[in-house]
Amino acid sequence: MPSHQHDLVIIGAGPGGYAAAFLAADLGLNVTLIDEETTPGGVCLYRGCIPSKALLHVAKVLSDAKAAKNFGVEFPSPKINLDQVRSWKKDVVAKLTGGLGQLCRQRKINFLQGRASFVSSNSLKVQRANGPTETLNFEHGIIATGSRPAALPNLPPNSPRILDSTSALEVADIPESLLVVGGGYIGLELGTVYAELGSRVSVVEMTSGLLPGTDRDLAEILTKRLKGLFAGIWLNAKVIKMEEAPKAMKVTIQEENRKETQKEFQKVLVSVGRRPNTEGLDLKNTKVERDGRGFIKVNGQRRTTDPALYAIGDVAGEPMLAHKASHEGRVAVEAIAGHKTAFEPNAIPAVVFTDPEIAWCGLTETEAARQNRSVKVVKFPWAASGRAITLDRTDGLTKLMIDPQTERILGVAIAGVGAGELIAEGVLAVEMGSLASDVKLSIHPHPTLSETVMESAESFFGQSTHIYKPRPQ
Amino acid sequence: MIGQARAGKVTSHKHMLTDFKLPDLGENIKSGLITKVMIAAGDVVKKDQPILELETDKAVLEVPCSLAGTVKEVLVKAGQEVKVGEVIFRIDTAPVSGGPPKEDATVSPKDKEGAGPQRTPTPSPKPETPSPQEASPPQSTPESAAGLTGPLGPAPMVPSGQAQDIAAAPSVRRFAREIGIDIAQVPGSGPGGRISLEDVKAYAKALNTTHVTAKVGAGRDLPLPDFSKWGPVERRAMNMVRRKTSEHLSFAWNNIPHVTQIDKTDITELDKLRKRFEKKVEAAGGKLTVTAFLLKVVASALKVFPQFNASVDVAKNEVIYKKYCHIGVAVDTDRGLLVPVVRDVDQKSILEIAVALTDIAERARTKKTTVEEMQGGTFTMTNLGSIGGTGFTPIVNWPEVAILGVARAGLEPVFVKEQFVARLMLPLCLSYDHRLIDGADGARFLRWIAKAIQQPFLMELEGR
Repeated sequence: MPSHQHDLVIIGAGPGGYAAAFLAADLGLNVTLIDEETTPGGVCLYRGCIPSKALLHVAKVLSDAKAAKNFGVEFPSPKINLDQVRSWKKDVVAKLTGGLGQLCRQRKINFLQGRASFVSSNSLKVQRANGPTETLNFEHGIIATGSRPAALPNLPPNSPRILDSTSALEVADIPESLLVVGGGYIGLELGTVYAELGSRVSVVEMTSGLLPGTDRDLAEILTKRLKGLFAGIWLNAKVIKMEEAPKAMKVTIQEENRKETQKEFQKVLVSVGRRPNTEGLDLKNTKVERDGRGFIKVNGQRRTTDPALYAIGDVAGEPMLAHKASHEGRVAVEAIAGHKTAFEPNAIPAVVFTDPEIAWCGLTETEAARQNRSVKVVKFPWAASGRAITLDRTDGLTKLMIDPQTERILGVAIAGVGAGELIAEGVLAVEMGSLASDVKLSIHPHPTLSETVMESAESFFGQSTHIYKPRPQ
Repeated sequence: MIGQARAGKVTSHKHMLTDFKLPDLGENIKSGLITKVMIAAGDVVKKDQPILELETDKAVLEVPCSLAGTVKEVLVKAGQEVKVGEVIFRIDTAPVSGGPPKEDATVSPKDKEGAGPQRTPTPSPKPETPSPQEASPPQSTPESAAGLTGPLGPAPMVPSGQAQDIAAAPSVRRFAREIGIDIAQVPGSGPGGRISLEDVKAYAKALNTTHVTAKVGAGRDLPLPDFSKWGPVERRAMNMVRRKTSEHLSFAWNNIPHVTQIDKTDITELDKLRKRFEKKVEAAGGKLTVTAFLLKVVASALKVFPQFNASVDVAKNEVIYKKYCHIGVAVDTDRGLLVPVVRDVDQKSILEIAVALTDIAERARTKKTTVEEMQGGTFTMTNLGSIGGTGFTPIVNWPEVAILGVARAGLEPVFVKEQFVARLMLPLCLSYDHRLIDGADGARFLRWIAKAIQQPFLMELEGR
């Protein structure tokens, strides 16, 4: 069995792993990148961020086309060629993964398709997809194995009627009815896609509102619109039984008052969260430790309790977001290369790509209350935004969470079309320690949705151009 | 992937498990020694209820709880040293607002804007994502600096998605890290306390200056010999006050070029006056001592000689003149030397000074002073006269620049008008920082005090 001495091996070539690999190669380290797929990309490219956003774009076009009736442009019902939708989506993924493969080769990264497990802190076994099992000896390793959809217990096994995010993204067909179990971002995004493509979609959520953990005022804007799109939304409810029937899935839903309802759905999408992937790595042969929830414990440089090994991305903790993984990957590589660095962002943005989108960064109103921290929250309703009105989409809200003593912007949250793009300004503001004055005095272009950020900052001082507040008598 | 994902089952939390961290205790206090833990797991606590007794280098104080609820887990014990920001215990707080969830859920855009520091009207069963705080030891930013030197132990996960609360651009934070500066310690000169690149550089420069001068002493000693070679020894841990005194005075001694100016003043008349007014002051609750008179005189002297009421900023090459007059008085206690501060001495009458001094000295002895009362002095007095001695060389209480030591008064023969008479003479020993104060000024200041004691009208004529 051939064995080599490597500077760095990275297990997992998702947004965390490949960002780390590319930086490491650029810094002159010799890098081996291991992944089960033929090219880098990970869940994000193959069965997550990218395919879902491609499908959500299709959904948005369908939705916008319908809405155009409002201003005099009426389209007949569209003809949906599902084969072409799927093949376009595949092309999108292939373009990106192909690009990553190219970047890998240009940087002379040793990419191995296979599964890795640790023999010791400095040596790994790789079961290759095409080739013999290899043993690699290395100086440093980065674990970037990501996460997988969590499963519900007691489900009928192997049922084709039960989907998870991966199978849902295949869009094998458009079921006549779809139940989404779990009202988090994944369920709502996928539910939106299927609903626009023609399914009757319902959601069942255990807590009292959709998008648990998100500020309620933002979630409410989305919920209002989804009430029109989805056939049913059950809150404070859970699925207690699922039985496969010949033509459908029989689902028993238990609501708050213990009332049980049985309904039938053609398919059920289970989206109740994700768990970190650490099984199969043989971490017991290393000094790596996990916490009570299965995440690998890491310090500010993303080093684990084993000095040779680092961990980044979903496997290292929340938030389980691709951009967090990429930044962590870069920090880990910098640390390995001897730079004095740490992963210490002031704000990691999060985006829910439903329609309207919801995005936030920094301190949320919910978190401020949890910490008992006094913040001044200023809001700008999109009903007062010129651009929102021209888009015929006034279902939106921009909020800033501001420290009342220092005037510093601690958090930004936006609901509305394009929130995902608009939030980047918020991230920069929070990272730079910007004050409300800084944002208020920065000229934002007109007419745009970005103006809502500036006007929110204005209202912190008690006065904003497009909202009138009567002076106290 | 986007949004907030949760690993494992979705759980609904009807309560919030919150960490209570050791709150800010005042300037320059970073840690304390727990002398008593007043709560246990299972206790129900109310807001502002004292939960911990903490000894700092300035005072022993009670730490109140800012939350209400049921204590779930106490993470500290008596005898343990804790830092500001460290988690003391975890508490299950009551739900934020009552009322049916569905109605509360709407904080609609029609709501009043910017209504001041808000408690958000979110629904009561907080649909919490099992927050990272619950899973891992939730350390806040102070620890991330430690991560730089790479502790191998179960190093804490950085609480994700939470604002680190360092008002500095990412490039500035990186720069600080590269040059080995803990950005959390850097004072920001920008609006809202924003830290700029210049702030980091200035801080680093100041640190370097003090490090260069503080190379010997300040806790860094040569290795000690093994004394037990020569006979039996006993080791005892230094208490907090001793440790802080040791550190503080080493620093002061090593950084301040000391000169001690020695003089004598005639307190024969003062003593007679003291005896006459003793009872009156006692009735007001104070003890009329020579120190009380001296405080008044010194306060006036500081007006005539403002450089004695200042501090030296080596980093910026500036002198900081204080426009206020708070004088610390050294008090010998069973815990060691403490220096409570009498505030606004220049605005108090001698009676008021005597009462304030008696009160604060007593409270310093009985551990009843607050942290603030032990800080903020501009000058210090130390009186060893009750014990004895003819003089001593006190150490300047940095960051002040002068300290007045008083030794024991004694009857001495003084040549007055062609004969020797017995006069009660009080030795005065003024130590000062020669970086700011020159010998001539030192001598003038002390002479002025000596003369003012003998001729109090001098204070009204010159010292206002």
